[in-house]
Amino acid sequence: MTSIYFIVFLPLLAAVVGGLGNRALGNTVVKLLTTGALFASCLLSWPIFLAFIGGTAEAGVVPVLQWVHSGSLNFDWALRVDALTAVMLVVITSVSALVHLYSWGYMEEDPDQPRFFAYLSLFTFAMLMLVTADNLVQMFFGWEGVGLASYLLIGFWFKKPSANAAAIKAFVVNRVGDLGFMLGIFGTFLVFGTVSIPEILAAAPSMSGSTIGFLGYRMHTMDILCILLFIGAMGKSAQLGLHTWLPDAMEGPTPVSALIHAATMVTAGVFMVCRLSPMFETAPVALSMVTFVGAATCIFAATIGTTQWDIKRVIAYSTCSQLGYMFFAAGVGAYGAAMFHLFTHAFFKALLFLGAGSVIHAMHHEQDMRYYGGLRKQIPFTFYAMLAGTLAITGVGIYWLHAGFAGFHSKDAILEVAFARGTELANFAFWMGAFAALLTSFYSWRLMFLTFWGRPRWIESEHIQHSVHKTPEQAGDDTTGGYHPHESPVSMLIPLGVLTLGAVFAGFIFNPQFLESENFWGGAIYFNEGLIHAMHGVPLWVKLSATIVMLLGFVTAWFAYIRDTSIPGKFVEQFRLLHKFVYNKWYFDELYDFLFVRPAFWFGRKFWKIGDEGIIDRFGPNGAAWLVEQGAVVAKKVQSGYLYSYALVMLLGLIAAVTWVMM
Amino acid sequence: MGGFPILSAMLLVPLVAAMACLLVRAGTARSIALVATLLNLALGIALWANYDIGGAQWQFTERHEIFQGFSYALGIDGIALLLIVLSVFLMPICILASWESIQKRVGEYMAAFLIMELLMIGVFAAQDMFLFYIFFEAGLIPMYLIIGIWGGANRIYASYKFFLYTLLGSVLMLIAMLWMVNASGTTDIPTLMNYDFPVKAQTWLWLAFFASFAVKMPMWPVHTWLPDAHVQAPTAGSVILAGVLLKMGGYGFIRFSLPMFPEASAQLMWVIFVLSMAAVVITSLIALVQHDMKKLIAYSSVAHMAIVTVGLFSFNVQGLEGSMIVMLSHGLVSGALFLCVGVIYDRLHTREIDRYGGLSINMPHYALLFMLFTMASVGLPGTSGFVGEFLSLAGIYKVSTTVTLVCTTGIILGAAYMLYLYRRVAFGEQKNADAAAMSDLNLREWLMLGPIAAAVLWMGVYPESFLAPMRKDIAALDARLSRAAPSGDAHLVAGEPKAEAANAMPEGVGEHEATAEGAH
Repeated sequence: MTSIYFIVFLPLLAAVVGGLGNRALGNTVVKLLTTGALFASCLLSWPIFLAFIGGTAEAGVVPVLQWVHSGSLNFDWALRVDALTAVMLVVITSVSALVHLYSWGYMEEDPDQPRFFAYLSLFTFAMLMLVTADNLVQMFFGWEGVGLASYLLIGFWFKKPSANAAAIKAFVVNRVGDLGFMLGIFGTFLVFGTVSIPEILAAAPSMSGSTIGFLGYRMHTMDILCILLFIGAMGKSAQLGLHTWLPDAMEGPTPVSALIHAATMVTAGVFMVCRLSPMFETAPVALSMVTFVGAATCIFAATIGTTQWDIKRVIAYSTCSQLGYMFFAAGVGAYGAAMFHLFTHAFFKALLFLGAGSVIHAMHHEQDMRYYGGLRKQIPFTFYAMLAGTLAITGVGIYWLHAGFAGFHSKDAILEVAFARGTELANFAFWMGAFAALLTSFYSWRLMFLTFWGRPRWIESEHIQHSVHKTPEQAGDDTTGGYHPHESPVSMLIPLGVLTLGAVFAGFIFNPQFLESENFWGGAIYFNEGLIHAMHGVPLWVKLSATIVMLLGFVTAWFAYIRDTSIPGKFVEQFRLLHKFVYNKWYFDELYDFLFVRPAFWFGRKFWKIGDEGIIDRFGPNGAAWLVEQGAVVAKKVQSGYLYSYALVMLLGLIAAVTWVMM
Repeated sequence: MGGFPILSAMLLVPLVAAMACLLVRAGTARSIALVATLLNLALGIALWANYDIGGAQWQFTERHEIFQGFSYALGIDGIALLLIVLSVFLMPICILASWESIQKRVGEYMAAFLIMELLMIGVFAAQDMFLFYIFFEAGLIPMYLIIGIWGGANRIYASYKFFLYTLLGSVLMLIAMLWMVNASGTTDIPTLMNYDFPVKAQTWLWLAFFASFAVKMPMWPVHTWLPDAHVQAPTAGSVILAGVLLKMGGYGFIRFSLPMFPEASAQLMWVIFVLSMAAVVITSLIALVQHDMKKLIAYSSVAHMAIVTVGLFSFNVQGLEGSMIVMLSHGLVSGALFLCVGVIYDRLHTREIDRYGGLSINMPHYALLFMLFTMASVGLPGTSGFVGEFLSLAGIYKVSTTVTLVCTTGIILGAAYMLYLYRRVAFGEQKNADAAAMSDLNLREWLMLGPIAAAVLWMGVYPESFLAPMRKDIAALDARLSRAAPSGDAHLVAGEPKAEAANAMPEGVGEHEATAEGAH
């Protein structure tokens, strides 16, 4: 168990040394240091995971340091390792190590590489602290730590205003979720008198019938606590309402998108719900909310994904949508399936992002798919890697052989389990999930077709024009503009290769443990035996539904982007308003800007100019000063030194005094 | 330490040094001030090291009766200890911060600061109510001079405003003190802390003290002196103002209002809550639209101090300890932020945010430390800001969920205004050639900011060092308050637990199909 110390703290050490050493150590040393630390962490993590898979490992907690002891509120730094943590450990350290390696090639020309690698390692440390947390507050530490790293990495190219705006947006929107998380922790402490996760989970069922006050209303204790905590999860996992930061986060370098905004950080919310699953199981209303929000996000993000042109944004919305699947799986009680999809998704989505990075690298930083086309021949390795990723995300597989790409195993399981759950809400989730699977297939193949098939449209891109020093007119019929995309360097191809293996085999190999083995989980999540049985009993059409919609999506995309490329244009023409609405991301950004951002600044100015200066100062200190001044003027006049005015005052005083006495 | 009067020594060192400073040339005055403050820091560390945690409530006591009803009585508990350590820790940093930026009347300036130190230590160490009053009020004078003589362009207005506000409150406090001494027959603070005043009288006494402490804190709406004072004060003045002077208000509540008037505190806590909620939201929003760096940080101080006041009036251990940690943390963090402003102000002589930009390029070390303090101000876990905020808010949740919700919005707004500030200063393109030419931190500036950074992380990762000394004193206060403690709005009503999990499936569903079809 002591290896967990090294797994968690090696990345921190590397981040601190690399970050502070920066220029003094030089690019290569810092890169070797951070990448080496991550590979070491990764190599130490797999034995732990495999021991849990093999059933030989026991859950345990390793203490680190005392943290806060205040009255009855005590929490310490400690590292918890159980099956759930082990899954996250391999996901985080593997993807992170590969992303570190990939960045050697991708960030080659950047002048600021040590900082980048230090941030990546810092992120990994925070994420590891999150998943090894034994109490809610340490989880919150990791939660905020990854938020900081995400902020720093989104804004890595800090000269770009758009990157800065995106970074702040990510941090602030996440903080809205954190507000819920914090209130959830406070409430949990109030109810259970502890923030230790095992103690809370053990005590949760006994509180399931109680009520508690919140903002003056009485509510079911467990429901309100779980809803508050889930609001935190919604922020971090970019669920509907708090999702607006994720697409903008694509301003960061692509390896960051792969690591943070696909494989690890954004799944923290799912992890949290699974970690607290015995608690959520005592809160039916909260679980309904989880299911509904998950299903709604799943379909909502998928619709937007079909309309975007930026290759990274398509994948970002796809991530948002896939997270929705994980949430509604958790909501209907299939935490194993949620974690399984988290696991497989980490591999194929990291693969897709890194593949997209490789395409962008080849295309001279152009991200708009309208200017791609025909890249299959130019960058074949990247093409095959992304093909594997696409087959995995769309869930290609053959039901009767139980064989397929990673997404086939996990996504099918989620749809089946939603159907098997049988409640109205679960059915809603099933249909939303099935429809979203159709859209997933469509936008994934759209991406592939636009990028790798068809005729090159490169010369339309300004980036390419800069590179070849030609305008489209000068290029004439040669729509490549004479540009030659090059396959990425080996350091970028190795991660693609490794992740391809994951995207192909991860689902097939680990299916039984994640979905069926109560023994594997060993109490780390709430294991719903009855639901697993019911899942096997769903009708054949349900089991095939994911495959059917996948094929439908593929065929539609093929018709629209290979067979007759005029179809999309006509479609958009036909449904102009609908397209505009979806293309503009359902106008969430505009709405929030109108509702929150502008009023905040407006109120700020009013409170300052009218409140502080116009009222408080005017009638407060300035008013007092004015009164004194006026008083002085009066006093000055009174003390005129003329005898007759003093005599007058004396006379008046005498009259007044006499009158007073007489009356 | 035996019988060595260490507290008196800590008062004497700055006094002697201050007199010496008045007599010598500028260069010597700086050195004397630095040596004296470092000596006091060493004494402060000795004080901390020799403080017997879990021992007597009042330690290092000294008592000399001067005349009936007034004695020179010193002594500290854990709460006072921490605030004294904070003061002596910040002092040498202030002297360093003034090293180059103060060029006129250096001797007088250093003397003013040393007297300031004497008075700050006196406030926290005094055990006689009138001795406390003298230190508390006299503290106004050096700060008034520091702003009024070495301040910016509009310094006279700012110093008057500062003086007017603070004086107003203290008059009422003095009257209340006289009444209390008359009623109880003693000026001894430890005795008074356990004296039960009639509940009716408590209300008036509480309000009188409140007038003084609310201004010092400062609470909304008597906060408007703070932005002006900060903007006009020299950097070191701002550091002491934010770092220690604001803490006197909180210390006053914890030392006087709460233990001496527990019933009135419970009765009037809604006043505190309403003003604090208003402060968090309003001053945070105002901070968002500031163009002047110091003003922005000043407004953020008001919002942070509101977390202190709600925590103090939560009537439980978490709230009280949290408030203390917020005070210590804010002392370090806002001090450091003002120093960060000072560093670039010294180079460019403007506090206008828009004149900067892209400082990460030419001042990477500065940008790193500024980021650390920004995050500490935002309350990122792992920094001191989080521990305090978290405990305070956890404490107040037990009393009122509504107050907690409103005050917790501070973490969103705080992130917004601090990151917006950081973005405009450190990120973006280098717009102005003069800002782009500024050099990174020099050794002197590292010596100022480095120790604070270390302290911020220490308090964030291992706050036990700071919680342990005050644990017993907070527990005693909590016990005294318990008789008046309000019941919270969140109280739990037990019910019959549900037998089944929410997603429990009816028995036997789908089992036969499963066996028939085999595992998927």
